[in-house]
Amino acid sequence: MSEHEYKPKSKVGQWFNDRLPLLTLANHLTDYPTPKNLNYWWTFGGILTFCLITQIVTGLTLAMHYIAHADMAFESVEHIMRDVNYGWLIRYIHANGASMFFLAVYIHIFRSLFYGSYKSPREIIWILGIIIYLLMMAAAFMGYVLPWGQMSFWGATVITNLFSAIPLVGEGIVTWLWGGYSVDNPTLTRFFTLHYLIPFLILGLVVLHIWALHVPGNNNPVGIDIKKPSKDTVPFHPYIVIKDGFALLMFMIVFAFFVFYSPNILGHADNYIEANPMVTPAHIVPEWYLLPFYAILRSVPDKLLGVVAMLSAILILAVLPWLDTSKIRSAVFRPLYRQFYWILVADVLILGYVGAMPAEGLYLLIARVATAYYFLHFLVILPVLGFKEKTIPIPLSITEPVLGGNPNLAMAKQKESKIE
Amino acid sequence: MSEKNTKRRDFLFTATTAVGAVGAAAVVWPMIDQMNPDASVKALASTEVDVSSVNPGNTITVLWRGKPVFIRRRTQDEIDEARSVKMEDLIHPEKDEDRAKNPEWLVMLGVCTHLGCVPLNDKGDYNGWFCPCHGSHYDTSGRIRKGPAPWNMEIPKYEFVNANTIKIG
Repeated sequence: MSEHEYKPKSKVGQWFNDRLPLLTLANHLTDYPTPKNLNYWWTFGGILTFCLITQIVTGLTLAMHYIAHADMAFESVEHIMRDVNYGWLIRYIHANGASMFFLAVYIHIFRSLFYGSYKSPREIIWILGIIIYLLMMAAAFMGYVLPWGQMSFWGATVITNLFSAIPLVGEGIVTWLWGGYSVDNPTLTRFFTLHYLIPFLILGLVVLHIWALHVPGNNNPVGIDIKKPSKDTVPFHPYIVIKDGFALLMFMIVFAFFVFYSPNILGHADNYIEANPMVTPAHIVPEWYLLPFYAILRSVPDKLLGVVAMLSAILILAVLPWLDTSKIRSAVFRPLYRQFYWILVADVLILGYVGAMPAEGLYLLIARVATAYYFLHFLVILPVLGFKEKTIPIPLSITEPVLGGNPNLAMAKQKESKIE
Repeated sequence: MSEKNTKRRDFLFTATTAVGAVGAAAVVWPMIDQMNPDASVKALASTEVDVSSVNPGNTITVLWRGKPVFIRRRTQDEIDEARSVKMEDLIHPEKDEDRAKNPEWLVMLGVCTHLGCVPLNDKGDYNGWFCPCHGSHYDTSGRIRKGPAPWNMEIPKYEFVNANTIKIG
């Protein structure tokens, strides 16, 4: 944070800023000192902001044409696709936008995991992020229900039934969620209301997420604390703005590819069949971004424990800052953690794959092993690794590796002796 | 400030908080309860079904309260199979005699007790039903035999109005 008092140049600006210091805020955001070694994995915060705004704008426009009623919802979505001017485009952006949002958020989360961005003093940023992620899943799930296709209906049935696993009050909660004895019109109207609300909750949390970020400042690939502002930082504008902008353009190319060339590849054909409470589709799968958790749910043969395992898999992330006992943030200086990190990435991808496959035979076995490993990583490997791992000495400043190639032991030692 | 005065304030503070909490709860409850099934949903409590055209070995599915209900006219083999199972082999032990008062007719909610999918007829390892979602197998009495579902498929309240008509609910 720039500590100097900001004073607008113009008289009007000063008059306004004395009454509402918006210009001070704008100045803080443009001058915000950012580590100069941030790589492209750090551009996903900006990309995610873009995704959220895209979903809100396309969602608002879709809501002008959509009808939240069990008898008309399916037809109104087809009406959007066929009759509304550019309705197909807006809906395809919104539907694929959800997938792009999750793609970006997974990269963003795994960036944090690799560089230890969740560690002290950034725990609150991380926990806010996990809450945003949970809300994203809720919003995505309810949004998927709105077209009232077969997958919408049965997805809603299966997911709301997860609550029936709760002892004693479970059935009552499910009836309350449905507003009836099955997923029906009352369920649809409340899901629409909540689907409309959640993005604005996320927006509020994003403001807190960024606010909390601006207190300690960004982590960086080297993972050490830096002085701000200093030789190690650059102002957010124009340096990071340009870099984020370029990354966003690349991201939008991928986004546009899905929207224009394969808008349905991430969806499911069964959702173009209107909801029918008498027939369950032969193979129910959630959207790709929920598959790893779905695999965990199915790998446990007990209903309640399956639900508990699935929820724990997400909530365990919230306590990650305390499970990881290592003081070193960046995996660059943690040779063992680096390997376990990539095993975890592979493990989650495997879970995603088996989540899309039928829960039987070899798939089920793989899902069980991968589920066990997932929890092993967080509950055993990370806590133990902090004590056992022999880390590589970290450089004293981020300028060092930037100027001298890869950070290495010899350089750090040399520098240390010089200081002494 | 005297000691007396302090006690008086403590009392006022506690009383105000308590009344405020009761008031808040009284306002919150209607906001929560409005989501429960409304009068029009509850009014659809019963359905009458004509079963005269169902042949032995066939199942019809009717909608009751938005949920499918299986009405199966069982063959003698199926009845024998359901009744010969030992209680200790069952995950959720229930006698077939209790589930189907009239052994020929099995009336039950066609809803898997795992996560609410509709199981498929004449499928699975126990010649009853099989749920395609997460692989639960049910026997000819609709009892869970294998898979993640915790309970047998539910038997709704029903009665034979006459020989050919079942009233569900």
